Amino acid sequence: MTGYIIRRLGQAVIVVLGVILFTFVLAQLIPGGEAKAVLGPKATPTTVAQFNRRNGLDQSTLLQFWHYLDGIFHGNLGYSYKYNQGVTQVIMERLPKTLTLVTASVVLALIIAVPLGILQVVRRNKPIDYIATGASFFFYAMPDFLVGTLLIIYFSFDLKWFPVAPPSDASAWSVFTDPRAFVLPVATLCVTSIASFSRYMRSSMMDAMAEDYIRTARAKGASNRRVLYGHALRNALIPILTLLGLSLPAIVSGALIVENVFNYPGMGLLTVQSAFNDDIPVVLGTTLVITIATVIGSLLADILYAVADPRIRLGST
Amino acid sequence: MTTGDEGFDPVFNDVENETALPIGHGEFMRAGPISEQDPLVPEGGEALSSGGNLRRMYGVFSENKLAVVGVGVIIFFLLFCFVGPHVYPTNQTDAQYALQHSTQNAPPGNGNPLGTDENGFNILGRLMFGGQASLIVGLASALVATVFGTLYGAISGFFGGWLDSLLMRVVDILLSIPVLFLLIALVTIYHSSETLLIVVIAFVSWLVPARLIRGETLSLRIREYVQAVRVMGGSRNRIINRHIIPNAVGTIVVFATFQVADSILLLAALGFLGLGVPAPNTDWGTMLSNGVQAAGNGYWWQIYPVGICIVLVVIAFNYVGDALRDSLEVRLQQR
Repeated sequence: MTGYIIRRLGQAVIVVLGVILFTFVLAQLIPGGEAKAVLGPKATPTTVAQFNRRNGLDQSTLLQFWHYLDGIFHGNLGYSYKYNQGVTQVIMERLPKTLTLVTASVVLALIIAVPLGILQVVRRNKPIDYIATGASFFFYAMPDFLVGTLLIIYFSFDLKWFPVAPPSDASAWSVFTDPRAFVLPVATLCVTSIASFSRYMRSSMMDAMAEDYIRTARAKGASNRRVLYGHALRNALIPILTLLGLSLPAIVSGALIVENVFNYPGMGLLTVQSAFNDDIPVVLGTTLVITIATVIGSLLADILYAVADPRIRLGST
Repeated sequence: MTTGDEGFDPVFNDVENETALPIGHGEFMRAGPISEQDPLVPEGGEALSSGGNLRRMYGVFSENKLAVVGVGVIIFFLLFCFVGPHVYPTNQTDAQYALQHSTQNAPPGNGNPLGTDENGFNILGRLMFGGQASLIVGLASALVATVFGTLYGAISGFFGGWLDSLLMRVVDILLSIPVLFLLIALVTIYHSSETLLIVVIAFVSWLVPARLIRGETLSLRIREYVQAVRVMGGSRNRIINRHIIPNAVGTIVVFATFQVADSILLLAALGFLGLGVPAPNTDWGTMLSNGVQAAGNGYWWQIYPVGICIVLVVIAFNYVGDALRDSLEVRLQQR
């Protein structure tokens, strides 16, 4: 398993370095250069030259990349002229909120989707199976901004059960101070995941039920319940971990939408607001940080997968 | 690094295998009656679109009722958006005129079958107008993404070795960036116009076809007929263009269909965030976003019609893609 983890870790490091290179290249490709983007269209050649000299932008590209890389490893992602603050500080205020949102909805999605998938297998080709299948196709096709909008209309405006947006100073701990504001964003974000996870759980469970070890278990006289939960479920759960790792980027993308629908002050809202402000350093910074977070999340899911699956855990590699 | 692939994404490899349909076949497989009207081309293994297979594919496809409905929905929306404005002309560009000559936020009825929006534009006409942008951007960016991804994947899979590793690492890296963040970074740097939105959405969408076609190429290039062409001295370009890409065409078409749905959704998401097609033009996502801002006022006609349009078109393209995949697979089974 050590070999597997080391290999997987190596891939993650390469991906992160690649993303750093990519954001650097993007910053180089800003039409008119970074100086124009910060100083605005009225900048004179003198002020542009001054800006470039002050920020080291007149150095060679290679040297600039070195400084960029060096800055990142020291936690410096550049400076936001709109917030008048380091990009790192701006982002670090928001990152925990997005992580809370994503973690909560992934956990909730698993809690709902796994039993739902099992139920569909136990009652397969019965009405409940068809209803769940139809519902998951429906919700899978629904764009998350539409789900969020409809939830706001019904539950906030019509029924007034939940506030439209969380309190503006919401910290990561607002979950505990005002959990009601947290309900709709999490619900919106996990609807799509529940749809895809439960579909996957259903087919993974079906596959497991067709395996030889299930027949063996039945032949030795194990009860239906024991076959289902002792043998099939444990094997069916493993692929879900892989799916989880793979769908993390999509879930994080969904979080961006959800944060904007509900005005939830996380990374996604920050990115969109900075896009409106033309605050390119913040946009590139959030993209980089959220990608690193996603890569780490996927890495954790894959390590869990290796721990859970004895074929990998005890394998020679 | 290539050795790590099995551990890296088992599910994705699965998908590759599942969709890597070797649908092409040599002239041995061609249906009898067809060869009479179509003289033999003296090249082994070129994918010839034989009418018999197309007919069989059509048969399987048309058995799938949902897909037929999907095609109907797509045709309906194409007519609605591109022919509709000629049948039902409305002012959609002159905001000044709309403000003066019509009521803002008027409910349905009274000359406006679906009411008006916050600028006084007729919503039925606006659905057609915004739909044009959504459909054009969706179709065009799916096309660009598919063509580029196909070439990229074919080159990567065909040449193999270090080039393949390098090209696929680039795909891995870009795929690990959550797509909306990447999209917004690109839109912020290159301010959006309709043309640019096509390029930007294509830029985040070519990665998956590149992977699929690479997998397909890897399995195709060891086929006997490709090796035969190589032995006969066929150039690399010839093998890629005349043998590998035509044989992967099924995978490509299925992907492109799904991608249209995804591109329309991506544009809708951008529009919803306020980063869509710039004013005075509009797209469905932007319309929805404007409607949502007034959601508290109960202007339902600004939200539901456009929401339904987005969902219907997206589901329609997905059903058609499903049916296309099935019809290609069934053809495989019948062989």
